[in-house]
Amino acid sequence: MNTTKRFCLILALAGVTVPAGMAVAGEHVYTISDPTYQAECASCHIAYPPRLLPARSWRALMSGLDKHFGTDASLDPPTAARIAAFLEQHAGRDRTGSSAPVLRITETRWFVHEHDEVPARVWNSPQVKSAANCTACHVDGDKGNFNEHGIRLPK
Amino acid sequence: MRTFLLVRAVLAVLAVMPAVAARAETPADFLRSFETAARQEQAGFAGFSAARGADFFNSTHGREWSCASCHTRNPATTGRHAKTEKPIAPLAPAANAERFAQADKVEKWFRRNCNDVLGRTCTSAEKGDVLTYLMSLR
Repeated sequence: MNTTKRFCLILALAGVTVPAGMAVAGEHVYTISDPTYQAECASCHIAYPPRLLPARSWRALMSGLDKHFGTDASLDPPTAARIAAFLEQHAGRDRTGSSAPVLRITETRWFVHEHDEVPARVWNSPQVKSAANCTACHVDGDKGNFNEHGIRLPK
Repeated sequence: MRTFLLVRAVLAVLAVMPAVAARAETPADFLRSFETAARQEQAGFAGFSAARGADFFNSTHGREWSCASCHTRNPATTGRHAKTEKPIAPLAPAANAERFAQADKVEKWFRRNCNDVLGRTCTSAEKGDVLTYLMSLR
């Protein structure tokens, strides 16, 4: 965790809202702007940034939508193919070092490292409940903005 | 050249229009098609019931979730996904005009959610009961 990140986390933990104007453009701000991806995938959860998983992870996810983390998220094949193409086009580099594709963003080393100073009380907060609930803290996460300055931890 | 492009644009719009018009439906349209299907699926089908629909909606069916797990026991209000906590817009048509307006969406969500809640597809009678209940909410 770099110094800026630590500083922002400390402010957020103290309940201080960091002005959005301080945000550094381009930092932790991701492309999610595909209308089909938004329409189909952002009903049950936010449109997670494609860059947060490598292409082979997205391929594995998109080929098992009928059993998607305990729910049926099946799509008609042409729609699924369109979304898969968008996800793979904007996928991140494969740094998982794992032979099997990582299916959860929260299980990537990157995610664990980025959240290593978030205390248990935040994860367990009734306003958070699930690590899939990005917008509980990343207020503009649904717009692809995960900039450190846009973090507001639940009380 | 410009006129030619304009004519082409108008023709393209006209070609798309009937498809768009055909896709926009009302909750009553869905109810009618569920009724037609229910009569074929079930001998002696005697009509839908809002009370039966409410009971179906609020009950679990041998699995973890009911419809109300995400849509709440008052589906005229905003729900919350049982796993991800994402807000879910109201399901009752009176509270949300986008519900039961597009056949492909209705088909998709009944397919997915019946599978999650019941582990099978819903019958047309079940869908009709639930929609009758949802349409009774104000």
